Parts: sequence; structure tokens; C-alpha cells
Amino acid sequence: MSEITPDLVRHLGVLARIQLSDEEVERLTGQLDVIVDNIAKVSEVATPEVPATSHPIRLHNVFRPDVPGDMLSVEQVLQNAPDAADGRFRVTAILGEEQ
Amino acid sequence: MSDLTRLTAADLAGKLAAGEVSSVEATQAHLDRIAAVDGDVHAFLHVSDHALDVAADIDRRRAGGEQLGGLAGVPLAIKDVLVTTDMPSTSGSKILEGYMSPYDATVVARARAAGLVPLGKTNMDEFAMGSSTEHSAYGPTHNPWDLDRIPGGSGGGSAAAVAAFEAPIALGSDTGGSIRQPAHVTGTVGMKPTYGGVSRFGAIALASSLDQVGPVSRTVLDSALLHDVIGGHDPHDSTSLTDAWPSFAAAAREGATGEALKGLKVGVIAELPDSGFQPGVSASFRAALAAMEAAGAEIVEVSAPHFEYGVAAYYLILPAEASSNLAKFDSVRFGMRVNVPGGTVEDVMAATRDAGFGDEVKRRVILGTYALSAGYYDAYYGSAQKVRTLIQRDFDEAFARVDVIATPSAPTTAFKLGEKVDDPIQMYLNDVTTIPVNLAGVPGISIPSGLAEEDGLPVGIQFIAPAREDARLYRVGAAVETLLVDRWGGPLLDRAPVLGGTR
Repeated sequence: MSEITPDLVRHLGVLARIQLSDEEVERLTGQLDVIVDNIAKVSEVATPEVPATSHPIRLHNVFRPDVPGDMLSVEQVLQNAPDAADGRFRVTAILGEEQ
Repeated sequence: MSDLTRLTAADLAGKLAAGEVSSVEATQAHLDRIAAVDGDVHAFLHVSDHALDVAADIDRRRAGGEQLGGLAGVPLAIKDVLVTTDMPSTSGSKILEGYMSPYDATVVARARAAGLVPLGKTNMDEFAMGSSTEHSAYGPTHNPWDLDRIPGGSGGGSAAAVAAFEAPIALGSDTGGSIRQPAHVTGTVGMKPTYGGVSRFGAIALASSLDQVGPVSRTVLDSALLHDVIGGHDPHDSTSLTDAWPSFAAAAREGATGEALKGLKVGVIAELPDSGFQPGVSASFRAALAAMEAAGAEIVEVSAPHFEYGVAAYYLILPAEASSNLAKFDSVRFGMRVNVPGGTVEDVMAATRDAGFGDEVKRRVILGTYALSAGYYDAYYGSAQKVRTLIQRDFDEAFARVDVIATPSAPTTAFKLGEKVDDPIQMYLNDVTTIPVNLAGVPGISIPSGLAEEDGLPVGIQFIAPAREDARLYRVGAAVETLLVDRWGGPLLDRAPVLGGTR
């Protein structure tokens, strides 16, 4: 029994903004079973009394003084943009026609 | 004049400081070597077109009496995960093809300030996801010991570059073993520092709670020298530790005297039996331990019952963090954009990420998206984070009894290109001994322990120390290196096949 179905993988592709082909969906459906195995393995020891560790070395929030630092210029920020106009990134329509 | 590419960074730096050779000569020698062998090895994705200008500037400054850093004039290879202003930075991905960063990674800036001469950018698995460089969008790197075999990964390019004498030292990054496993399969040295010990500003992030930048070299001292240059606090990286670090080069030089082994307690993990490793790998490991014991070290069995959960936890944590980090490749601000006539920005994003990401990246992003999706976060990501606590406790208990822990650096020697590329589970098991080190944030180093008897390929031994005890690893690593090189009658790489001939 597997909880990873082609429909789930297709949905994950939408969430992850990756347009998966049918062939990719099929391949990934089989390969993602690995996560189910990993969860089963981890669950053997990840009991409620064990605290989680998010960062290996204990960290506190790190702040800097609220003053302008070494910032990139608008030109530098836009130098790699696939499309830009008037000092801004340019993209295609946000909403599709049916909306 | 002897071949400048065969010198260690330390020896080359000595000759540069003494005026016996110029940085232009040293840089030219390495560029010539790259031209001669990189067609076969493919360690580099990009070779700098102005390295000689940088070298000439160092020579001029030295001639002018300027006080320069200890490694000034020494050539350096840079893993493509680190952004550079003067060379493209792709992280091995098509989605970033040709990307020119407006700033340098902190480690790159520090290397430049110290007078190191960047030679080029080295190949890697796409976004550092892999153990073989076969997931690079630009084709695999080949192991200099056997061109049909993998150089390890993700930093196979950096390891192959130093193993093939294309560069004396290189920068790498290590999320689950990407510095140490390539060192193991190429007969070189690789160090993953304590989490937070080296800045990650400008390192294209894979898994932020695991990633660490570190040095790659042929000798322990050379890694220590480079670590001294790149390490220390960086206000641009909020996970950067504010500790004052000792000189790692001094630790390596002290270790080379051999005194460090007398009375040293070396832990060997009971739950990693020899049966889990290729026979030649465990034989090399045991021989290195015996040599250490003969030199005065004490071998102590320690228990790390949660190590076996490391790989499973890692492959929940890493995809989750990677799927978040890679969300920035959205076709809007940088990188590839695929045009979809009449498509919305969302259509363009999805088409771009389909075209720009390779199979392994898609696999991990989808996996991570699943692990982080509503209702699953606690069960998946949260449970995996608990395993980190358990592995840290294993380390704490072990380090109460021993000074360092030793393991083989990886289960097998270099496998054939293509052998495991379609089997992610087998591929993931490469990192069974290196992953717990990242999960716990402690430092780990891999140094050559010899050749496996069945295939004549290099094997590495990994030493692990408590967090912040990076200097201990350089001391012990240099001691063991000295011991073994004496036994071999010369460095292991002297036995690598000659490259650049006809194949």
C-alpha cells in the first residue's frame, strides 16, 4: 500500500510550481515512496518526550542596528532580471483570462 | 624548474614569499595543467580569463614591499555554489546558466583579500544534491584515479581539481558529506567545519540548517591554512559564530610532530560494523587505527545507537529546506525564464522550473513540498528534527569518553559513473557516516588512509570532534597523515595514474 499517488504528485507539482510531464509524475510516484520509509524509520525513535533540534548550534535571533548597510543598487539588483522596465522586474499577467 | 603544480599550497606559498617563483609562473603552471587534463577530468565549469592579471598584481604588490597574506599568490579553485562577481555562478544548474552575481561570497572576498588567485569555478551536483557530480547539468566530473569512476559529490569538481593537480587548494561546501566523501574517493583532504564556523553568505543555499563551507586540499596543513583565511564571524550570516578561533595552521603544524597521538582516545562506533563497508575500505580503516595505536593512541569502542536513523532524518530535513530555498528560482528576479505565450506568471514559473531543474532537484523539491505540506509538518520535518537531538546526545556521550571519533569516510571506493545514478536509495547511502556530523553540527575531516586492496582506489578516514574543536581535527589529522605518508614512503597521490596522456 502506498499513500503516494500520481494525483498527489501532480498536486505537489502545482504547489512547488514545477510543471511535471506525465512521464515525470509516474517516475516520481514510485520514487517518493522513499519518504514513507524514512518516516517509518524516524518514527521508531522520534517519541513525544524527545525535543526537536532546529539548528545544530544553539542560536538566538540576530539583529543589526536599523541603519542602511552595504546595499545593492537598483541596477545591480536588476542586472540578472529576465525582464525589467522602469527600475522594476517585469512579469507576464498575474491573473489568467478566466479570472 | 620542478613542476609547480605538484607543490602543496604551503610549499608554494614559501617559494612565493622567498621570491623563488612568481604568482604569474605558479598560476600559468596551473592553467597549463587545466588545459592539459581538464578535457578528461572536467573538474571546471569555468576557467578565469584574468587569473594571470590577478597574479601579476600580487607579484607587483609583493615587489613593492607590501605585507601580504601567507597564501598570497597561491591559485585557488572555487566550487560553483559560491557566488563570484567576475565569473558565472550556476550551482551546477541550467536555471542559473550564465548568472553573474553582483557580490562575492564572503569566503571568496576573504580569499581575494588574502591574495589567493581564483582559477575558476568547479563542477558539482546541481544545487549540491548528489554524491557523484552526475547530477550536474553540465556533465559529470571524472575521478583522476580512474576516469570511468565518480569523483564523489556534490563537490566532485573541487576534489578532482586538487587530486589532478589542477589547483593546490579549493573551496567546497558540505551539507551531508559533499566535502568529505569526494576527498575519500579522490585521495585528498576535506574538512567540514563546525556549523557557523565559516560564513555562508553568498553560498547558494541547499539546506540551511546543515550547509557549511570548508576547505579542500591535498594535505591537512593546506586545508588548515585556507580555513584560517575563510573562517570567523561574518555579520552578513546570522548563523555565523562569534567565537575567536585559534590558528588551524598552527594546530596542523603541531600535529605533524606526532605528539598529538600519544594518549589520544579515539572512539570507534560499535553500531558501524565492518560488514557495512567494502572489505578494502574497512581493512584500510583498521590499518590506520592500528598505526595510530602503535603511535600511542588508545582505541575505545563507543556507542552511537541513533546514527542509523541519520540518513532517514536527513532525507526528510534536506528536501524540506531545499524546497524552500529553491523557491527563489522563480523566473522573475534572476536566472532562466521560459516564455509561455499568453501564460500567467504562474505558468511561466512552472514551465521555467520544469525546464531549468534536473531530475534529482525536482525529486527533492517535490519530496520537500510533501514533507512541509499542511498537516504533515510535525510528523515529518518535526520528527526528523528529534533525531538530530538523539544524534547530538550520542555524540555528547561519546565525547565524554573520547577525544575524537573515527569512521571510514564512506562505505565504498569510487563507483563507476552511471552505476547508481538511477537508484537514489543506493546513492543516498554513500553519506551514512558523514550525515550525522551535519545533523549534529560538529566538525569532521576526511584524510587519505590508503588504497583498497581489491581495486587499488583511495580510501579516506573521517575524524569527528565536538563542536568548536576544529583545531583538534587539524592536530589529529596532521599527525595521522604524517604517520601514514611515512609508511607509504610518499603521498598517496604519487600513486595515482598519470593524466594527460593518450587514452
